[in-house]
Parts: sequence; structure tokens; C-alpha cells
Amino acid sequence: MPSEVTASSGSTEDLVADHVLEFPGGYTRTTGPVIGRFLTELRDGRIVGVRTADGRTLVPPLEYDPQTGEAVTGEFTEVGPAGTVESWSWVNEPRAAHPLDRPFAWALIRLDGADTSLVHAVDAGDARAMRPGLRVRPRWKTSRSGHITDIESFVPEVTKIVSPVRMEYRVRPGRALARFLEGVARGVFLGCRCGSCHKVYVPYRLSCPQCGVAISEEVELPDTGTITTFAINNLPDPRAPQVPFVSAYILLDGSDIPMIALVGDVPAHEVRQGMRVRAVWVPEEERTASMSNIKWFAPTGEPDAEL
Amino acid sequence: MGNRCAVIGVGQTHYTTKRRDVSIAGLVREAAVRALEDAGLTWKDIDAVVVGKAPDLFEGVMMPEAYLADALGAAGKPMMRVHTAGSVGGSTALVGASLIQGGVHDRVLVVAFEKQSESNATWALSTHLPFNASLVVGAGGYFAPHIREYMRRSGAPDHIGTLVAVKDRQNALKNPYAHLKIPGISREMVESTPMLWEPIRYLETCPSSDGACAMVLSSERAVTGTPAWVLGTAMRSEPIFRAGRDTVNPQGGKDCAADVYRQAGIADPRRDIDVAEVYVPFSWYEPMWLENLGFAAEGEGWKLTESGATALDGDIPWNASGGVLSSNPIGASGLIRFAEAALQVRGMAGEHQVDGARRALGHAYGGGAQFFAMWMVGSDKP
Amino acid sequence: MREIAVIAFAQTRHSATDEGLTEPELILPVLDEVRERSGLRTFGFTCSGSCDYLAGAPFSFVSALDALGAWPPISESHVEMDAAWALYEAWVRLQHGDVDSALIYGFGKSSQGDLREIMTLQLDPYYLAPLGLDQVSFAALQATASGAERAELDEIVRRSRAAGRDNPYALDLPDPEGDAFEVEPLRPYDIAPITDGAAAVVLAAGDLARELCERPAWITGIAHRIDPHYLGMRDLARSASAAEAARAAGVGKGHVDVAELHVQFSHEEPILRRALELPESTVVNPSGGPLAANPVMATGLIRIGEAARRIMDGTAGRTVAHATGGPCLQHNLVTVMEG
Repeated sequence: MPSEVTASSGSTEDLVADHVLEFPGGYTRTTGPVIGRFLTELRDGRIVGVRTADGRTLVPPLEYDPQTGEAVTGEFTEVGPAGTVESWSWVNEPRAAHPLDRPFAWALIRLDGADTSLVHAVDAGDARAMRPGLRVRPRWKTSRSGHITDIESFVPEVTKIVSPVRMEYRVRPGRALARFLEGVARGVFLGCRCGSCHKVYVPYRLSCPQCGVAISEEVELPDTGTITTFAINNLPDPRAPQVPFVSAYILLDGSDIPMIALVGDVPAHEVRQGMRVRAVWVPEEERTASMSNIKWFAPTGEPDAEL
Repeated sequence: MGNRCAVIGVGQTHYTTKRRDVSIAGLVREAAVRALEDAGLTWKDIDAVVVGKAPDLFEGVMMPEAYLADALGAAGKPMMRVHTAGSVGGSTALVGASLIQGGVHDRVLVVAFEKQSESNATWALSTHLPFNASLVVGAGGYFAPHIREYMRRSGAPDHIGTLVAVKDRQNALKNPYAHLKIPGISREMVESTPMLWEPIRYLETCPSSDGACAMVLSSERAVTGTPAWVLGTAMRSEPIFRAGRDTVNPQGGKDCAADVYRQAGIADPRRDIDVAEVYVPFSWYEPMWLENLGFAAEGEGWKLTESGATALDGDIPWNASGGVLSSNPIGASGLIRFAEAALQVRGMAGEHQVDGARRALGHAYGGGAQFFAMWMVGSDKP
Repeated sequence: MREIAVIAFAQTRHSATDEGLTEPELILPVLDEVRERSGLRTFGFTCSGSCDYLAGAPFSFVSALDALGAWPPISESHVEMDAAWALYEAWVRLQHGDVDSALIYGFGKSSQGDLREIMTLQLDPYYLAPLGLDQVSFAALQATASGAERAELDEIVRRSRAAGRDNPYALDLPDPEGDAFEVEPLRPYDIAPITDGAAAVVLAAGDLARELCERPAWITGIAHRIDPHYLGMRDLARSASAAEAARAAGVGKGHVDVAELHVQFSHEEPILRRALELPESTVVNPSGGPLAANPVMATGLIRIGEAARRIMDGTAGRTVAHATGGPCLQHNLVTVMEG
């Protein structure tokens, strides 16, 4: 987490980080029999449609008739491979996820023998080559896996799918967390006191979760507190140094809400509810505006607090 | 609470680690078709569809109701998508019931699902934005400290969680749809499994399931077959970071229960309710929720569990279906609770039927034990 | 049905770039504003709309609840849809008769990610999403299918952007110019701008509405419908579900003074005008509409708020608001309001 932070030490004004949301390896999608049949035929270089109860042929085969909601029949029929462009749009600047890396058309294609249109790309070279009624044929990938992209694209007639999901974001911490991290950068926990219920919150925030009103009074809190409760985690996590590790709710002295943090410098099974702890900070020269400034909380040796 | 509403159809898929034979739509469709068959209805008879599921990150399909419109016969109809974290299955039933209670529709199909095998639940639940200081590893890592605090406060002995883990898995053996079926499940077996998030052991944890559940809800005039009447509905939410929040016995759960009991005329839940399907994803949540929902005094819930009162042959069976501990397609888990409650009062719960069940509680919770959805259903028209 | 009205509406001054506020920080002032305008501190029901993929993490609505002051615990729900559907859910809830007020809010920051590609994720996960078909590309397919004339589209954008410049909450965008295509036939200016923002609405029933608001915007009809999903299996030149929702909401039962339409691409306006059968005399998107500010997940709710505002300020007698979801106007919600 802290590794992406790109602000210089102490200032949170320009704090911004890249954030990637990607399931490692891609989602594994089971297809069911209808989609599976279509993709299997695609892998063999054939395109099939499925018959609906009223005799129409859906291409691609949907599992349920979009008009009636009834299940489709089990009858598959080969269509195409040639088809007719019904409508199209032109992409001048292909995006990374697009099937082609050069300008191309998106098109609704009515394959011969189908009653519906397939959405796919047409590699036509130039927008001027595109027109309604254009006859197109699939250009197959040489190595096919049973994926909608086994058809690399359609091409004008003799003239011419694991599913990775990856989203990239640029994320800023928000006003409250940025303020809190300014404190963390200089080794201080910043909290705030609600003017209405007088509770002290940490990390610093802009409004009171109980009262729903803006909070303006900032409070500096000590880096000592009491463990209210905790878990001993036996599943490894990149954010923890080893297994088992203790994640604890720590009520900083003078605050009214516990923070979750690691507990260290003590064997996991010696951690107790009520144990007094103090934050262990990384050396001053290594500090940034990031939670990684706090290695963990360690016992102070004081007697346990009453809970 | 508006017009009368009844459950007239229930459909479930078999819950399992990975449904390899169906697409996402195929999974959802299977539950929906079974609910329609139970109600003796077809797609044409449905006025509106409500879909619920937990975060879209599980399947990597954003707002999947758009793609599922065809599979759920929704073309030309209103369709809604609910997301209230773990309580979403319950909320989905309540949003569907609301459409009938509000007099807007006569028959509503509610469906909730999760196909967790398409990715990994811990990944999806532990994905945080940069700068976030959270150190929570999956749901177990979040709830373990609150369980520890319950044990401290109540003085409950360590084996209570084990008892629940055994009881719910024994019930699962009687439920044809249940995911975890462990013949010969015993305390020794549970206690021999490792601690994942101490004090939570492996077998005190819910599984990760693929599955879907559906119900057909009906207005009074459109009832077919055997109805389960909705006697009360309630939702409550509270902020996760409120200073002084009681995370062991959250106010939102207490208020939600009080609201639904008031509507259903429940004065003493242990006496007046015949069976409860309560969202218990980690075994210790049974004694905790027994107290939160007023079945036992504060600090006394574990004694009820220990006495066997919540077993299938006890005086107040909890999770006769095997509960979330036995089947957990997250987005559907709440709806399954609501549906199992309806099956009980319809007398259609099969081998795990509680004899003579006339009033049943369905319960779901989510987020940091901060979102609650509940309903009471009964065999008699209110 | 029970009489329900919009009695308060507030929105952020929408921004084209990330101003460094989190989603809860965005909605806080908007919530304050509708509380002040309505005079209500608590509500019988609360419902919100947001999207995890827009936020880049699961449970975007959970932290938003902490901005609300939801204490004692509130009766609350959330839709993973535009907040216009949260308003629909609240309207249904108010029909029960036991509660009289509802708070609805929606929020989104499109600036954080790549909206075009995020919207790919709502497509059929077997046949469409793996193609990388992005939002502008599928919209362009519909633009061609609709047969819209370039001059008409240019005029729609010119009018919307001019109205947006007069709207303190919308973005300041110049008159359209240039003949480059983003995805032909759509030009960059045909596309709603990337926008961060939030909005909130308060609904009240009957006497409470009359007591709290001088001119409540009474909801006389509200309905929504969805079309089949796959783009090759419906007529992209028209929106059957929008037409059906409009009929069910009773749009045609009287003259429509103002219509606020969820037009994220200029060609959607003529499709929707036809579907809703709006006459030439109806003023469309006097706020500038989404072509002037498009805080995704709040955009549809803002249409309802803007259409209600015209009634509350006495400048219109009967207005229509439209919200949409899904690719190529798949899902449409129509609300009719009267003074």
C-alpha cells in the first residue's frame, strides 16, 4: 500500500496514487451449455445460432429468449460464416482492450441464417470502406481457445475469450485522511472533537458519524493507548511481517474510538485485552505521509487497563 | 406496513464450491424457474424483478442485472438491483415485498446470487484503496476481535462456538441444497481444525459457495398455492465508525428486531417464534445474535446454545437448514434465510421441517455488523 | 396512490477533475443543504445509489453512511444503480403509509478511473465485455442506428453547453467545434464530460409536504422498464423501454413544460424525445443536462431534482424527468411532476 505514495515527506497537498483493481489471473467464467456450445464451435471455426421456441435463430446464442424470457430450444444451427453489416461506428484510436490495435469499426452483423445481429469488430482499414449492407466474414485466430475473440475480427467479404478485468484509477486520499497523514508524517496522530457530542475521533475526519455535523476542532493525540480487542491471524497477508500476526483495536489515550493496527514486539499469544501499547515509528528520516510510518504498536509494560 | 404480502414460491440451486456446468445467467435462472414452478406460474405472471448480490467484484461484472434481464424474463418490465453488503439478500426480499406492500405490483420475483468461484472472496473483500489504513483480512479477520470481546464480556466457555458449528452441519445433512455436508461431524472434528483468525477455527467458518435463491412474492389477491404471509419487515443501518459503537451487540440489530416484532405482535421472541433462520457466518454469532435479537438476556445467549434449545429438536430451532455455516453464496445468503423461514411456515422444509412451525424469523446482516434486514413470516394471514 | 412530492433538492458544484475529496466528503455539504431546505433532520427512510467499480473498491456506500449521522440507526437501503432508482425505491416505501419522509442521495467520481472502460464491465461477460467494447463505442453504434443528422446533434450540444454555462452547478464548456471523431459518428463534444459530483433529494408525503414546502413538486407518475441487453437483439434506433415507462408514468396526459433527460450522448436526445412523445414546445434540459455535467450515479437523480426545481420555483407547472442505466438506453425511469 504505502509503496505507491508519491508525495514528498510531510506535504499531502499533491498526494496521489495509482490504484489497480484486478483479480489476479482473471475471472474464471463457467459458460453453461448454450454459451459453451457456441464457444466450442467457435474454437472449431464454426459459428452456430440457437433456435427459440418460435423458430427464430439467435446469434450469438443466448440462453433465454430476450423477447419472451423462455429458455431457448436445444437446437443449434450453423450460421454464416458470412454476414451483413447493419450498423457501425468507427474507432480511430483503439484502446488497449480493443480487439485490434489499428483503426476499426464496431458493427452489428447479421450472419447469414441468423435472425439477430452479432456485435463484433470489422477490420476495414478505413471508415470509408464501411457501409450498411457490407458483406463481411470472420477472420479466425490461428490459435483458438473457445472465446468470443477467437474471431479476431470480421473483414469485408473476400475483400475482409479467461476474461481479464483490469481497471486503473488515480486516487487521492481525501481531505480528512490527507490531514491525518500530515500528522503521521511528523509522528503525530491527529484526531478531532465533535462540537455536538464532544466525542474525540481518530483518524481525523470532517464530520461526526453520530451527529452528521461538520467537525472543525482538531486534536493531537498521544501515541499510547489500550488494546480493546484483537484477532490472531494465521493467514498470511502482504501487509503483515509474519504469521501469526495480531490485528488489534487500539483506543488511543484521549480518543473515543479505537483504530485497527498491528501489534508487535510481543508473542501473539501474550497479547491481552486491556494491554497498554505505544506506537513504534520508523526512524524519522524514513518517514513519509503514509501509515507505513507506524511499524506496529508494542507493549509499554504498564499494568493492564480496565475495560 | 401497507398491503398484505405473501411468499408463494421458493427456488434454490444446490450450493457448491464451483458450479462448473452453468453460466452466471444459468445459475440465477435455475433458482428463478424453481420459484416459478413452486408458485405454479410462468414468466408472464411476473410484474417486476428485483436482483440482489454482494460486490460486483466477485464476478467482475458491473451491475449484472443489465445482462441478466433476458434470463429473468424482465424485458419490458421494471427491474431493480439492491446492494447492502452481506445483508443484501434480506434487503432484496424487503425491496420486493415493499413493491407489493406499497400497492405497486401484484407479483414480484426476487433473486439473489453469488458465483464466488469466478474469483476469490477474500480478494474481493480485502481490496482497499491506496492510503487506506485498514488491516482487515477478509470477513473473519474483521469479526474475530468482536467475538473475542463477546467471550470476555459473557464469560462463555470456549466450546460454545464448536457446538454451533456441529449443530448447523448436522442440520445441513437434512437439507438437499446445503453445500457443506460432513457426515459424522463432531466436536472433536471441529476442534481439530486450525485457528484461522483466532478465536475462529476453520470449521467454525462459513464456506465460499456458488448459488442462487429466488422467491415469488404476491399480493393478497394474486396468491397461488401455499402462502407464507409477511407479518413484519424492517431494515436498520448504523455508521461503522461511531465512537462508542457496541460492535458485539449493535443497536441497529436491536432496533430492527424491535420494529419487526412490533409489526408481527411478538412479545417474547423465544416463546412466540417457532423457528429462526439467522445470518451466522461464524459459529459464535449464534449466541451473540440470540442476545441481540432478544431470545436471551445479555450475556446469556451462550447458555441457550449450550442447553440445546437452538437445535432442530430444541424449543427454538435456529438455522434448521444448516444456515450460512453450511451454504454461503454471499449475496444470496440473506435471501436464503428469508426463504427458509417461508418454507418452514408453509410446511415445505422437508427433512429439516420444524413440526408445526407457524411463525418464523428471517434475518441478515452485513458490513461491520451495521446493516440489518429482517422479516417475520407466518402461516396465518395477519 | 399516496401523494408524494419532491420538497428539497441540492447538488454539488460539479467538477471536471478530482478536487481531492472522498465520496463521503463530497456528499456532506449536499446533505446539509437538503436538511436545511426541508427543515428535516431525520427521515422515515433513506436510500442511496452508487457504484463500486466507479469508486475502485467494494462497498462504496458504507463510508457514505458515516457522513449521514445515521444515529439512532436508520431505516436505509442502497441500489447499485443511478440514485434515480433509489428515489423510486423510496417512493414505493412511502406508499406503505407508515412513514412520511425520505432522503435520497447519489454520488460518483468518474475522474478517478476510465469511465469508457469501466462501463465495458456492465456488458454481457461472455460475448461483449471480452471484446473490450467501450462506452463511447457502443453509444456510437446506437448513434448510427438512430440515423441522427449531424446538424441536429451539433445544435443539441450547443444548446446544452450554453445552458450549462448559465447553470452554476454545471461545467463551463465551450461551444462545440472541430470535425474530429472520437468514435465515428460521435465527435468528442457529443459525449457527456467526465464529472465528479453528488446530489440529494427529500421526498415527503401529503400534509407534511404541504407544511414544509410552499410549492411541492408532486409526483403524479413514476415508472421504469428494462429492454433486452444484447445490442444486436433490439432496435437501437428507438428505446422501447423508455416509451413504455413514459406511457406507464402518464407523460402524455398533459402538456410537458420542461423535460430533463438523461442524455449522455447527443444522439440520445432525439431517441428519447420520440420515445416520450415530447412536443417541440417542451423545453429539454434547461439545466444543460448530462452533456454539461455528468456525475455518474447522481446524474439521473439530478434530472429529477432539476425538473422538480422548476415546479418548486414556480417557473413550470408540469415537468418530466428521465433517468437511464445499462448500455444504449437499456433501462429507463420516467417521473412526471406537477405543481
